[in-house]
Amino acid sequence: MHMADALLSPAVGGTFWAVTAGTAAYCARKLRGLPAGNGSPLMGVLGAFLFAAQMINFSIPGTGSSGHLGGGLLLTILLGPYAAFLTVSSVLIVQALFFADGGLLALGCNIFNMAFLPAFVAYPLIYRPIAGDRPGAKRLSVACVVAAVVALQLGAFAVVVETLASGISALPFATFVLFMLPIHLAIGLVEGFVTAAIVGLVGRARPDLLDQGTAISASAGRSATRLIGVLFCAALVTGGLLSWFASEDPDGLEWSIARVAGEQALDAPAGGLHGLLAGIQQRLAVFPDYGFAKEEDGRASGEAGRSAEDPSRARIGSSVSGIVGALVTLVLVVLIGVLLRWWTRPARAPGEQR
Amino acid sequence: MALIGTLLAQVRQLDRLGRSETPIHRLDARAKLLATLAFVVCVASFDRYAVASLLPLAVFPVALAIIGRLPLSCVASQVAVAAPFALLVGLANPFFDRQVVFAIGPLALTGGWLSWASISVRALLTLSAAVILVGVTSFPALCTALQRLGLPRPLVAQLRFLHRYLFVLIDEVERSVRAVTLRSAGRGVALTTASSLIGLLLLRTWERAERVQMAMLSRCYAGEPAIADGRRLAIRELVFVAGWLGFFGVVRRYDLPELLGSLTRRVLA
Repeated sequence: MHMADALLSPAVGGTFWAVTAGTAAYCARKLRGLPAGNGSPLMGVLGAFLFAAQMINFSIPGTGSSGHLGGGLLLTILLGPYAAFLTVSSVLIVQALFFADGGLLALGCNIFNMAFLPAFVAYPLIYRPIAGDRPGAKRLSVACVVAAVVALQLGAFAVVVETLASGISALPFATFVLFMLPIHLAIGLVEGFVTAAIVGLVGRARPDLLDQGTAISASAGRSATRLIGVLFCAALVTGGLLSWFASEDPDGLEWSIARVAGEQALDAPAGGLHGLLAGIQQRLAVFPDYGFAKEEDGRASGEAGRSAEDPSRARIGSSVSGIVGALVTLVLVVLIGVLLRWWTRPARAPGEQR
Repeated sequence: MALIGTLLAQVRQLDRLGRSETPIHRLDARAKLLATLAFVVCVASFDRYAVASLLPLAVFPVALAIIGRLPLSCVASQVAVAAPFALLVGLANPFFDRQVVFAIGPLALTGGWLSWASISVRALLTLSAAVILVGVTSFPALCTALQRLGLPRPLVAQLRFLHRYLFVLIDEVERSVRAVTLRSAGRGVALTTASSLIGLLLLRTWERAERVQMAMLSRCYAGEPAIADGRRLAIRELVFVAGWLGFFGVVRRYDLPELLGSLTRRVLA
């Protein structure tokens, strides 16, 4: 359930970056001075463990499909929420870079969905109250399954909210929710069972390991609620600021409307590069018949109102020139690529020097 | 497992490529990181129906990959595995956005297909940018860059350890899974088997981590890796960042393909 850059707007992506950066700083401070905490090999090597454990694909009974461990809850149980948040974050960063999972702008969202929600919502509010301090096998299983299901449902729901708030996808809310939540219910159940089995095994072999997470997280329940409150306010402020910026700056929609409607942006400077390009654009203006009209949705017409005089008749999108231009651009990109390859040919081949 | 095997081979190759020597590799990692982040934000900031106007941005990943001498297959396979989620979610757009926005004769294009095309182009651009960043920058250099750009130190230390032990543990998992697969007569790894496999791996890893921690503490490790106090950004790095930022700005502000298209039609007419 990695959120993807392609579905994300900068305002939403930036908001979640801010939230996760704040949480990371908070966790780093909380861990300061703990022997198994800050910058310790234990956390780092366990991050590598999580990465490797996700490579183990098991067949899910009765479905014929296969799945793998998510691990957010497992690490939270073992390390406590603060260390687990940092560890899972680092795994997600490496995945975004090496596996292109999600992407860089979506990293904030992904860390929130898969590290923050299990560590600071599902664990303190679900797992701890059910499991208590030294749970028996049955109690542990129930706690793990319920907490894993809740964490994954929240994560899936967050993906839906992030996608809708960005407005790139046209999926209606209800459809998307009905698509995401049942799938993640199944995934959550499996995750819960596997987590319970692993925690049980660890508890039998090395009971001391389980105490560590419990000790670190003794105070986590209280501070987690406070943290959520602070983060919620921070998110509102950042989101508000970013969307304010976004609407002050002429965005792509306004530009295309202003251009296709045959008007230059009102406040654009006349001289310099802009004047030159705008002049070319004006002179080369395409036949209006080839452009296409589209009813604006509410958001667009609201934004467009400032720059286009009649937003309902504003034209959006590309035109025949756009298609021709796209082809020319692609050819140019390939050409640039070929030229660069030719130009850098004398350079050493990869892997020759290591 | 076969798919994961190839994927891992690609990741190893990517990690190796990050250490090769080209003009792009020699740039300070901060410059590449900042340019890539600006690139991703720029791509995301386009209007949901933008397709053609996004295309000039492809110059950035193409230039980096070619000057950095990354093989196309390596980038393509990582992107191909990661892209489906966005493409699938985007595929709903044609069903819900049926407004015809463009028609040439009998050929009608709806807003949904247009925005789906936009999502696909975005996915290609942003995902390849992330993979290419690792391919042209060694991971330790990237960690140093993150630290000098203000990422919390524990998180950076975490990333370094993760990278250091990643391939060690992946090798271990590969051996275990191969052993299980050989004994399971092609039935795949059962849920219970996987659980105990992961549990045992966890116990082994934990003990390994404790040994590493002991060894490092006894060599005066104070919780934070020392980084060499690196140089400041040189002129060529500033030019690199400023040049790309300028390019993104121009592409964002002016619809270059449209200009090119008009120009081409003028010339042809």
